[in-house]
Amino acid sequence: MNGLCLVAIGNVPVKALDWIENAIAEWFPLPIRRLPAFPIPEGAFDAKRGQYQSVELMKMLAQLAPRDASRVLGVTDVDLSIPMLSFLFGQAQFDGPIALVSLCRLHQEFYGLPPQESLLRERAVKEVLHELGHTFGLVHCSESSCAMSLATHIELVDSKAEQYCVRCGMQLVQRFTSKEATV
Amino acid sequence: MKKNWPILVVDDEDVMCESMGAWLREDGYHVDTASNGQKALELAKSMDYAICFVDLKMPGGMDGIETMMEIHRIRPDASIIIITAYATVDTAIQAMKEGAQEYIVKPCNPQEISMLVSRILKLKKLQSENAILRKKLNRQYRHYDIITKNPRMAEILALTQDVSDLRSTVLIRGESGTGKELVARAVHFSGSRAEKPFIVVSCAALTETLLESELFGYEKGAFTGAAAQTKGKFELAHGGTIFLDEIGDISPKLQADLLRVLQERRFYRLGGTQEVAVDVRIIAATNKDLAEEVKAGRFREDLYYRLNVIEIRLPALRERREDIPLLAEHFVQHISSALGRDVSGISAAALKVLIGYDWPGNVRELENVIERAIVTCRNGMLDEPDFSWLERNPGSPQNWEVPDVPLGELERRAIVAALERKHGNVKEASAALGIDRSTLYDKLKRYEIVH
Repeated sequence: MNGLCLVAIGNVPVKALDWIENAIAEWFPLPIRRLPAFPIPEGAFDAKRGQYQSVELMKMLAQLAPRDASRVLGVTDVDLSIPMLSFLFGQAQFDGPIALVSLCRLHQEFYGLPPQESLLRERAVKEVLHELGHTFGLVHCSESSCAMSLATHIELVDSKAEQYCVRCGMQLVQRFTSKEATV
Repeated sequence: MKKNWPILVVDDEDVMCESMGAWLREDGYHVDTASNGQKALELAKSMDYAICFVDLKMPGGMDGIETMMEIHRIRPDASIIIITAYATVDTAIQAMKEGAQEYIVKPCNPQEISMLVSRILKLKKLQSENAILRKKLNRQYRHYDIITKNPRMAEILALTQDVSDLRSTVLIRGESGTGKELVARAVHFSGSRAEKPFIVVSCAALTETLLESELFGYEKGAFTGAAAQTKGKFELAHGGTIFLDEIGDISPKLQADLLRVLQERRFYRLGGTQEVAVDVRIIAATNKDLAEEVKAGRFREDLYYRLNVIEIRLPALRERREDIPLLAEHFVQHISSALGRDVSGISAAALKVLIGYDWPGNVRELENVIERAIVTCRNGMLDEPDFSWLERNPGSPQNWEVPDVPLGELERRAIVAALERKHGNVKEASAALGIDRSTLYDKLKRYEIVH
């Protein structure tokens, strides 16, 4: 294993990357490498929707990230979508190396409210834990307070805790400690 | 487990398949994707998809509606969700008409799709639960009706399942009370005719003319009292099964009529001029040895062979004594609750008595015996004394011990018993003893039996 690469896509406040790095360090026994920011890929913008195609950003992460990285987490501030869905908080390759989180809809400003930094931090951490959890084989959890529960709107993100439930947490620990499994 | 509900995404755009697949996999589903209708069908052949998301517009080859219809042909239980980029009422109506369960316009809200999927799966879970319960109920029904651990009976039950979907005539042979009608019901209710009528006709209970009108119906004015056209049992059983009990007892005329129905599946109502065609499966039952009846000239040979396509011979209860405790327990529970009596079971000693008895009336007799015991039982458990009257039954050789007395005394007692049974009728008593009347009189004199 060669650690986890954390990379901004487009402009992302350094502060936010710091919060995220701390949270990852708390939950995942992986060395973390910060890479210089990637540009937003050309052609990812969907003018009709005024959003960015998540799939294009995922593809870029897979292409540009170092080959030896066991996980790559991209963080962006632009709004993501896929053809089927009107928006995404984030996306991950299930049991694969790539994860992506968008901060766009985590800002209070997105909902016409005054900015609230602590809330943004909490939401970012929850979404990062969620998407990274998928890359380690965790599926959506029925425990609504677990970071792995499915959030389809911001209120559901807020009702989660900044942690995994016991079951999901134990599944992660097993994954990291079992001899057969590769991190 | 979400893994048990595989999902198929069919869309010509790779990005759509990929992203939708990834999103659903995160939710724990097994997801396959296909870029066109043809590939979707190939996948559907090998996997029983619970849900298929199908894009309405796919250029070249099959479009969404066609794909949906073909998938339905292979997997009628799959729920199809039609995806379209354009919300038009016409296409929505068409999709739903052709059998789509849902219709969504992309892009849709993540919450919308997540609720849609869970709503469909909730329904599917209920459906499969329902199917499982139905199966259980059917099994229970069957076991409730035919209780056995006897291997021969188990074979018969298996045979009833094997022949249930055929239209072939079944002939059930067995002593009275062995459950011939239950077996006939098992054949009918486990087959494709289960939803259709099961009509029972007891051939021995009716006179020839009554039976004839009962079976074939009659036209208005066919005989005195025929006030209106009336359908017979064969017509009432159309699509289903007619069970002709005690077929060995029908008259030669009816044998001929029945033969015609068996051969042609059509007949005339009494007094009628128009043929009536029916699709009826015939199950006949008899406690007689029909082959013997044929030899004796009392039963038509051709009818016998028509009836005897599939033969089921039910063993007498004494040939499956291991079932007696099971049946007894069952009847105790069933009858005590039906009669509102608080009888909880049957003692081992009482069971021993029942197992030792020969049951000439078979299961029906056992049922009646248990009912009588429950009615007279004074405590909550059937015990040996509750069946003491049964032990005196002379029909049970295992309970009949030869008393230690001279042979002459045995003969004297046999004669007295025969006279008692026949209420003093010497003619009948001598016949029962197998001697002629004058010999019986001689013996009465010799043993000084006051008659």
